[in-house]
Amino acid sequence: MADQTTNSAQVAEADKGYWQANVRIILVSLVIWALVSFGFGILLRPMLSGISVGGTDLGFWFAQQGSILVFLGLIFFYAWRMNKLDAEYGVDEE
Amino acid sequence: MDQFTINLLFVGASFAVYIGIAIWARAGSTSEFYAAGRGVHPVTNGMATAADWMSAASFISMAGLIAFTGYDNSSFLMGWTGGYVLLALLLAPYLRKFGKFTVSEFIGDRFYSPTARIVAVICLIVASVTYVIGQMTGVGVAFGRFLEVSNTTGLLIGACVVFAYAVFGGMKGVTYTQVAQYCVLITAYTIPAIFISLQLTGNPIPALGLFGDAAGTTEPLLTKLDAIVSELGFAEYTAHHSDTLNMVLFTLSLMIGTAGLPHVIMRFFTVPKVSDARWSAGWALVFIALLYLTAPAVGAMARLNITDMMWPNGGIDGGAVKVEQIDNDARYDWMATWQKTGLLDWEDKNGDGKIQYYNDKSEKMQELAAEKGWVGNELTKFNRDILVLANPEIANLPGWVIGLVAAGGLAAALSTAAGLLLAISSAVSHDLIKGSINPAISEKGELLAARIAMAVAIVVATYLGLNPPGFAAQTVALAFGLAAASIFPALMMGIFSKKINNVGAVAGMLAGLIVTLVYIFLHKGWLFIPDTNSFTDADPLLGPIKSTSFGAVGAAVNFGVAYLVAGMTKETPQEIKDLVESVRIPRGAAAATADH
Repeated sequence: MADQTTNSAQVAEADKGYWQANVRIILVSLVIWALVSFGFGILLRPMLSGISVGGTDLGFWFAQQGSILVFLGLIFFYAWRMNKLDAEYGVDEE
Repeated sequence: MDQFTINLLFVGASFAVYIGIAIWARAGSTSEFYAAGRGVHPVTNGMATAADWMSAASFISMAGLIAFTGYDNSSFLMGWTGGYVLLALLLAPYLRKFGKFTVSEFIGDRFYSPTARIVAVICLIVASVTYVIGQMTGVGVAFGRFLEVSNTTGLLIGACVVFAYAVFGGMKGVTYTQVAQYCVLITAYTIPAIFISLQLTGNPIPALGLFGDAAGTTEPLLTKLDAIVSELGFAEYTAHHSDTLNMVLFTLSLMIGTAGLPHVIMRFFTVPKVSDARWSAGWALVFIALLYLTAPAVGAMARLNITDMMWPNGGIDGGAVKVEQIDNDARYDWMATWQKTGLLDWEDKNGDGKIQYYNDKSEKMQELAAEKGWVGNELTKFNRDILVLANPEIANLPGWVIGLVAAGGLAAALSTAAGLLLAISSAVSHDLIKGSINPAISEKGELLAARIAMAVAIVVATYLGLNPPGFAAQTVALAFGLAAASIFPALMMGIFSKKINNVGAVAGMLAGLIVTLVYIFLHKGWLFIPDTNSFTDADPLLGPIKSTSFGAVGAAVNFGVAYLVAGMTKETPQEIKDLVESVRIPRGAAAATADH
């Protein structure tokens, strides 16, 4: 926790750790983001063509429905995870 | 009561509500005019962002483009929602922490250069004006239909309404008005979709109905659609026909562009806290997803209904619809109404008293046509932008649903056009005039400059909207390409890399903007003036890359040039590195001051 007794070098060190943790979460999220849209929705669609969904295949479903649902999940996950991280590193606004 | 009166009633009532709210919350000071005093809850902000964001392109145009192309246009769905992930993860929280009012202020401060700020303003204006052209196309379609006049007259009347509306209030007026507009537009979009989904699949949720069985059969709806359109010589609805590389780049351009559009980013400056900025992006996407998950169902089901209308007796064997039936049967009244706008037309070319609708470019169909005595597709004009507005009439839904859709279409076009005009006017008055040319300008002078900028922008957009470079959603896609190539990379590098210095950022933005703008002009005409283009999107300059997909390439150029130039020039000063550090950490955001 960054209270008055902590010196500024330690704060800077903690901030660095916070930022690295944040970048890691962003990278993982972006891999999922790309996988469901560019991956399942477009490039990997031929590989998913065996899985049929209502008259078409899973790739079509991801392109028109699934990717959007995953995007939603990702943003809320990130907001929740970052609020936790803010508290862990004591960098939240309060 | 006839349909015209019902439409007038719905549109009039919804307008009265918006204007009432705008007067009630009229902006007083300049800071209220731009950012509503930072007092907006994430859910409210999300809803307003959704209304601001979902424009004529999403509401009026997108489902039509999906309907007539099928899977290949899924890019619009993924691109215009996936951008919110980038916005939430890469930009929104940091820009809120930075604590200023506009995107170009951030770029000017982070790159410690008034030149960078001016370049950002120029990029922003170019992208926003292009965007407004797309909106005006949609405004023309909506006003043309609802006043039952030609598309051009509709556009001119619409331009006056948009201008009057945007001048009325600032962001605060606009924030609460946009919440009302969101409610109108989402109801207007989903109610007809639910009716149609029930008719065709028996499932009240369109997104599920799309993957369900056609009503009364065990055949999936999409299988039925694939069979029907193939019979008429069109490409199979669910299959992938377009170039894969182009589809990927197009989707990416829309995503990056979403995260680079100033009128959307501005929204995240208005939430109270950094954590609210993260949630706000999520809430915005929730409200946007309600429409985006429904749109593919609207497209597919409308395509099925239109095909059924043109071949009412069970496909080609049953024979085409008779001209006499179009003229007399009430179910076909929508065709005559839309003919008035000049966006729909048909012609009995072979004089057999029937209108044959098929793909006359398909060789298989040409053989069949020769055999049957057809001389070409007789549904000669079907503008993609009319599909959503015509949809409830095509499905023979009650008059009030049609009135509701007219009000929704106008709400969509109006809310975004107003938001964009606000972004343009604040860029000119706040960033360009107050920020660089005349810092001593009075608050009154700044507001006046803002309104003059609005007027100029709408005149230019209306003039170009008369001969638009594409359907509404396609023109808007060009605007996204421009934002993707110029603004987004600068913002991202500004936050994630301390290495990028003033010269690097300016060089990157200019390179990205110019290369993308030139590529677009080469394909769409210089300054979008028709017939001045050297290439077409059917046969683009660089392999399969269409002008609408070039934004992603422009963004790559921007990143590359910025890193190269920054590597060769003077290092970023320490105080800027400290600024970047502070933007990355939420702590202390509540105390952030906006010197204004």
